[in-house]
Amino acid sequence: MTDTLKIADKIFTSRLFTGTGKFGNHHIMEEALLASGSELVTVALKRVNMDGENDDILQHLQHTHISLLPNTSGVRNAEEAIFAAHMAREALQTNWLKLEIHPDPKYLMPDPIETLKAAERLVKDGFIVLPYIHADPVLCKRLEEVGVAAVMPLGAPIGSNMGLKTLEFLQIIIEQSNVPVIVDAGIGAPSHAAAAMEIGADAVLVNTAIAVAGDPVKIAMAFKLAIIAGRMAYCAKLGTVKAYAESTSPLTDFLN
Amino acid sequence: MFREVFETYNWDEVQSGIYAKTAADVERALNKSKRDLEDFKALISPAAAPYLEQMAQISHRITQKRFGKTVQLYAPLYLSNECQNICNYCGFSFDNKIRRKTLSGVEILQEADYLKKQGFEHVLLVTGEATKTVGVDYLRDAIRLLRPHFANISIEVQPLEEDEYKTLAAEGLYAVLVYQETYHKENYKLYHLKGKKSNFDYRLDTPDRLGNAGIHKIGLGVLIGLEDWRADNFFTALHVNYLEKHFWKTKYSISFPRLRPASGLIEPKSVITDKELVQLICAWRIFNEEIELSISTRENEFFRDHIIQLGATSISAGSKTNPGGYTVEPESLEQFEIDDSRSVAEVKQMIEKKGYKAVWKDWEQFTEVEKV
Repeated sequence: MTDTLKIADKIFTSRLFTGTGKFGNHHIMEEALLASGSELVTVALKRVNMDGENDDILQHLQHTHISLLPNTSGVRNAEEAIFAAHMAREALQTNWLKLEIHPDPKYLMPDPIETLKAAERLVKDGFIVLPYIHADPVLCKRLEEVGVAAVMPLGAPIGSNMGLKTLEFLQIIIEQSNVPVIVDAGIGAPSHAAAAMEIGADAVLVNTAIAVAGDPVKIAMAFKLAIIAGRMAYCAKLGTVKAYAESTSPLTDFLN
Repeated sequence: MFREVFETYNWDEVQSGIYAKTAADVERALNKSKRDLEDFKALISPAAAPYLEQMAQISHRITQKRFGKTVQLYAPLYLSNECQNICNYCGFSFDNKIRRKTLSGVEILQEADYLKKQGFEHVLLVTGEATKTVGVDYLRDAIRLLRPHFANISIEVQPLEEDEYKTLAAEGLYAVLVYQETYHKENYKLYHLKGKKSNFDYRLDTPDRLGNAGIHKIGLGVLIGLEDWRADNFFTALHVNYLEKHFWKTKYSISFPRLRPASGLIEPKSVITDKELVQLICAWRIFNEEIELSISTRENEFFRDHIIQLGATSISAGSKTNPGGYTVEPESLEQFEIDDSRSVAEVKQMIEKKGYKAVWKDWEQFTEVEKV
């Protein structure tokens, strides 16, 4: 049986989600996204030319296997996020939404209070909501309760390439979650992505590490392979790391 | 208020502190992952000059990490050269006998149409200070006119009151640029002889008013050439540090205007070389990884072509610095001479040749704006 991922009504064969920011040009972006095999690509609504039909970014994303995931980057609170979501649905003809509310423009830290508020409302408005949040296990449960389709906890600050700084909390989230867990932000190298998959993440979202690499196409392929390997390792039940030696002449042998 | 912080500092002490920095201070700053104000002093000091290549490498790397291989493009749109201030470095100075021009609504739209055709989505409205003709009402009407045509509108005009900023923000204003020109309070008077701009404190308090008004982005900077650029940039960094802590939802940008020749004006007192300007830009980037750094067409092509890889994140192109300069009245007096007179298409081509993507639009108004 093939190992697929289901989020809401969509089935994904690739567990690598990608973004469209920071690329040196849109041709390289398109090539890299194709090489990554990604089937879900996030687009910042603020970058899209909403009145022009031939938007520069969207033109390069017209492939049947790629679904768009508009994001609300740039909004500062729930009210603006809801406004942006409706705008996205109209302009891009999809009810999928990456809900990101970071009122802090410096570290782009997500606001948990506004995110929960907006998520609740947007689910009621018929959106498939994927919220970008801190690796906060309780927040994930609260979001699950209001009906989000997946949760997207961060590994480290957006664009930082620092890897899984929130590892311990991600593990709790993965253990407790009833919706898919997508590790978003901070993944800077294929090894980080593989590590996320090995601990049982359902998918990862990578943007900066691909866009800013010397060869975005090649690194996209590397991420694709790393995620396949990490997922395979998770499914194969990794051997556990032991903190102690296993003696060949056990001390409790005399009890047998 | 920032003024309270500012008043605990002494210009001469700051200046001598910068000049006393050593190679060891510079190396410590370069090897840290987070730099503080003392590190910034080291990075802008003469002691850092031999580390320029190393600084450029770090700056290049962290700029790409944060901003990607992109450069934002914007165009200034000069609305008026009327001004009641007498400032001896500015072409619009009241005592400068030139023909004054303030664009009418029709003329604003004519200029806007030209800029739209060039591809611009981000526009910076610039005026002098003539509150009777170019007051808040005029600015509000201008923003209302332009709002449907541009994704992002910024202003660089006289400092306003907090309520006035709120009024303009409700119309869709995104950013406000207000340069202190110099933080040398005594010598500030030598450049700003008459008019409202001669009030140092009112100008210094402006970013606090902007923060309180909830403006999305505040642009700061000093006019390089008036006083010691190192000390002045330290005070700018001090100002940014204060603002980031108090107004954490606001974005910040820094500009590096160099005093340019303009008719009937003073000569620069402190000259910054190209090497030093690169050092300054890299020092800013290494000190503050997230801040936007903006370079205008005051700089020449050669310098601008290289600076986008070294830390600059936003540049203007094809600029005119006179009201009506694009189409309405190309011959009216400009504020300063342009040093990169290439067309927008040429600048875009240069950006692409460098492996970068020109970003025209990076903002969307996600709130209802009153329909006119």
